[in-house]
Amino acid sequence: MSESASHTLERQDFDELFGALARRGYTVVGPTVRDQAIVYEEIASSAELPIGWTDEQEAGHYRLRRREDAALFGYNVGPHSWKRYQLPPEVRLWRARRDADGGLTELEPEPRTAPRYAFLGARSCELHAMGILDRVLLGGAHTDPADRARREDVLVIAVQCAQAGNTCFCSSMGTGPTAESGFDIALTEVLEQDRHYFVLEVGSERGGELLGELRHAPAGQHERAAASAAHDRAAAQMGRELDVTDIRDLLYRNLENPRWEEVAERCLSCGNCTMVCPTCFCTSVEDVTDLAGEHVERHQRWDSCFTVDYSHIHGGSVRASTRSRYRQWMTHKLATWIDQFGSSGCVGCGRCIAWCPVGIDITEEARAIRDSEAVGDARP
Amino acid sequence: MSADSNQTPAKQTSAKQTLAVWKFSSCDGCQLSLLDCEDELLALADRLRIAYFLEATSAVAEGPYDISIVEGSITTPHDAERIREVRRQSRTLITIGACATAGGIQALRNFGDVAEFTSIVYASPDFISTLSTSTPISAHVPVDFELNGCPINKVQLLEVIGAHLAGRRPRVRGHSVCVECKRRGTVCVMVAHGTPCLGPVTHAGCGAICPAYDRGCYGCFGPMESPNTAALSARMAELGSEEIDLVRVYRTFNAGSAAFREASEAHEHEPAGGAPA
Repeated sequence: MSESASHTLERQDFDELFGALARRGYTVVGPTVRDQAIVYEEIASSAELPIGWTDEQEAGHYRLRRREDAALFGYNVGPHSWKRYQLPPEVRLWRARRDADGGLTELEPEPRTAPRYAFLGARSCELHAMGILDRVLLGGAHTDPADRARREDVLVIAVQCAQAGNTCFCSSMGTGPTAESGFDIALTEVLEQDRHYFVLEVGSERGGELLGELRHAPAGQHERAAASAAHDRAAAQMGRELDVTDIRDLLYRNLENPRWEEVAERCLSCGNCTMVCPTCFCTSVEDVTDLAGEHVERHQRWDSCFTVDYSHIHGGSVRASTRSRYRQWMTHKLATWIDQFGSSGCVGCGRCIAWCPVGIDITEEARAIRDSEAVGDARP
Repeated sequence: MSADSNQTPAKQTSAKQTLAVWKFSSCDGCQLSLLDCEDELLALADRLRIAYFLEATSAVAEGPYDISIVEGSITTPHDAERIREVRRQSRTLITIGACATAGGIQALRNFGDVAEFTSIVYASPDFISTLSTSTPISAHVPVDFELNGCPINKVQLLEVIGAHLAGRRPRVRGHSVCVECKRRGTVCVMVAHGTPCLGPVTHAGCGAICPAYDRGCYGCFGPMESPNTAALSARMAELGSEEIDLVRVYRTFNAGSAAFREASEAHEHEPAGGAPA
């Protein structure tokens, strides 16, 4: 963080941010409490933020807990991710009607615009996830203009983690806990005995302009140190670890490891891990016709490599067993993704661990495979 | 979509396919889903001639029928014969609902003694002619398509009929209810609230209604395509479900489906030396 780009914003002035964003035509999406979890939804003021809430997370376990203070961002990532906005769960691609001659005429094309979103509260791992998903959706030769429209103009106000959850392992994946780039403004929340404020870093020209509309002050040495201490606290609290040394070749060497059989005993093949993953991008495209046979629509929906249909080709599913589906998911995330897109597909957010109904832990599975080699070496 | 259906003028009655709707042991709820399609009934009547549908009309046309929709399970010797005749009269046979696809709630008899039940319930059990089991239609005759649900989802029923008319595969997915929950943004009740939920082993189709109202899934749509009930049961036991709870949770509308039957039986333990006093 460069000193010149460091500013403070007092808690009592925080709602100026919502005002400034509204004046600029942004729809703010941020964290809010719903159904006993912190989810991302459209919000209009700081009153809708999860004030004084935090969460307790373990494999297959998530509970909201009261904090002793009134922190706005004192929680770890929850069940939703920004993927909902980058790649919505269901999109109608086009609609058409049948003409008298049997041909199809497309009805008015689907809008290629999205609301002008400001994402408030994105964490470092999530910024990396957005970048990875951008690479997948927008980095190839053939991109969907609708995917591009959804990302253009998105303003990102990141929140630096001041704590880490039990399922977090961004430090292992090199994606956090402190965001270095990929935001317009990044804020670190500081709660002191008699003062509640934010230390802001500006990451873009747009962010600088926005800052200009807020009542801010230059951050002093004490405030910068407090922010830095918060970042260190998050790094020290990291709940889990995944050793990524040589991970691609490790998994390639172990495609027949008996561990896949063991995890398949527990795996429900329900698809939850892929749905909550901020980078899993599989969708299916399905056509819907009406009874009269006059109207057709094509929809794109979130799908999952854990469904039988997803790998169905002529003759049946090529991944008929749960063993092959779990192996596909984990080796794609941690290994083949590197060959395909030049980076890991995992950002260490821990959602797949917390939101697996039976608590399967990707870090534990990777460790088991690594350890099985060590055991193998030790044998005479 | 086949070229034939493209060319068929919708108004030409003689070219309309005929539809028959049959009832076996059931509550009629699934047939009512068809009548509940108020907005689509006209379009349906435009494409199909309703030849046999006693719930809707007493007018009956003779078979054979292009499409038969069958509701209900087989619970009597008479019905076991009747379904063979229905199959003989039907080009395409589609079964709808938990009764027709899994035996329904009445398949609870499969786990008990029907003679004992009838002796308690009826003044003259001799008049009762019933089988000792309630079984799905597919246990008696070949079925072309099974639509799960108790009751079925009417949008899915229209999709199955529409797909049949268009000559394409129905867009009815066999994955878990969890996928539907996640698409609609529902917070997982099992992970976030500790509520036992059959969603991970249950066939999608309802749109994940119960978790959206803070309740666990009851499994109304029966087993999903690759149900791992053993792993889910183990987790529910960790969350506090007793053995008897794990028997009962699978013994509802789809108790007779293979996956749920085996899951419930895995937790049923006969007390050694007879029932406790």
